[in-house]
Amino acid sequence: MTRLNQIELAVAGTILAVSPWVIYAAPHEATMGLVYKIFFFHFPSAWIYLIGAIVAGVCSAIFLFGGRRNMDSWALAAAEMTVLFGAMTLVTGPLWARKAWGVWWVWDARLTSSLIVWMVFVAYLILRRFGGPGSEKLGAGMALFGLASVPFIFVSVNVWRTLHPQTSVIPTLPVSMGRPLWFCFTAMFLLFLALLSLRARLERQRGRIEELYLAEDEA
Amino acid sequence: MNAFLRVALLVVRKDLMVEARSFELVTTTLFFAVTVVLVFAFGLVREGRAVDDVAAAVLWIAMAFSGTLALGRTFERERQADTLRALMLAPADRPAIYAGKLAGMLLLLGLVELVLVPLVGLWFQAPVFQFPGMLIALLVAGTTGFAAVGTLFAAMLVRARSRDVLLPILLYPITVPVMIAGVRGTAALFQGTPDWELARFWLALLLFFDVVFVTLALWTFEPVMTE
Repeated sequence: MTRLNQIELAVAGTILAVSPWVIYAAPHEATMGLVYKIFFFHFPSAWIYLIGAIVAGVCSAIFLFGGRRNMDSWALAAAEMTVLFGAMTLVTGPLWARKAWGVWWVWDARLTSSLIVWMVFVAYLILRRFGGPGSEKLGAGMALFGLASVPFIFVSVNVWRTLHPQTSVIPTLPVSMGRPLWFCFTAMFLLFLALLSLRARLERQRGRIEELYLAEDEA
Repeated sequence: MNAFLRVALLVVRKDLMVEARSFELVTTTLFFAVTVVLVFAFGLVREGRAVDDVAAAVLWIAMAFSGTLALGRTFERERQADTLRALMLAPADRPAIYAGKLAGMLLLLGLVELVLVPLVGLWFQAPVFQFPGMLIALLVAGTTGFAAVGTLFAAMLVRARSRDVLLPILLYPITVPVMIAGVRGTAALFQGTPDWELARFWLALLLFFDVVFVTLALWTFEPVMTE
């Protein structure tokens, strides 16, 4: 673990530890009262999920067309982060929905899109895990297709359903709600960066060990 | 451009000639599609007749399932005879090989749909012959999108382990827009009063999907298939 990773994890840990008090200090919301406060975890997870997906897709593209092996490690790490934060989003969302809308799940635009994109990345991880040798390139191709399909998924599902609150509410948030939001967002983002770099390095080292084993076998 | 077309047509011809010897792929895929529709028919029957508005869904799901099987088995054939490596070694434009494979797959799926559409119309009481032009357009656009992604993934997975189950796992999430657009567009046509605007919108989305993904597939076929 590098010095930077340690700092990132320490700061993220501190912020997350302090966050319950900051969230408690935020005012109640007009219609939902106390329940909406899960939004302070749901919103950052959702954004990090999206960022992770983009990073994974871009790194896959660079790996596929540029041939830089390191990029593949970053792509795998980013995909794992995407699945992790996506799972968090898909769990906190229904928990909130149950209280706010009365149902655990609805097939509306954003929920369905998030679920499908999440499944694309789970499929990517399954491919990497069970695809056997050579699945790095296959995974990269798949991640690229996954990223390309995101706008289509969103448009097609958007025309199909729409019930989710619009994101345009964010700029109009009062400062008392904005503070805990960006507080939690910072924590999650630092966590994401730390885990991403750690996992990518782990993957690079695993690849190197594998190459050494193979070289030794051939020698 | 000429060389591209020539290679693609050669690949299609090769596939057709191999298929013409036994018609194994065509017969089995067709019959599988029929059984899928049958299973859905039994699953969705209430008081002796099918639930309303499921015809479009059944049509597209049957296409997706039989398409997945057909893709797997086409490339399994290539793998067994090791012809895929021969194709890769040939001094031919790689995207042209992909285009040829895609064309072959479209022919097969087109044939399957030729049987599926009347069958679904019969068993699910859907007005499949009312607007043939639009229905054909939706089917062609949707099948192209599905087959474009499917051909690339199936070719990609030829040497992978667990390739049989990995193909649907990879393919279905990415082709969700095709399924949504296809089913919704077809349903808009089969309604009591058809919604033309909506059907046209879904067709436009399908065509856009096709353009983007065929281009992407042509582009990524070579790097993904080579070491």
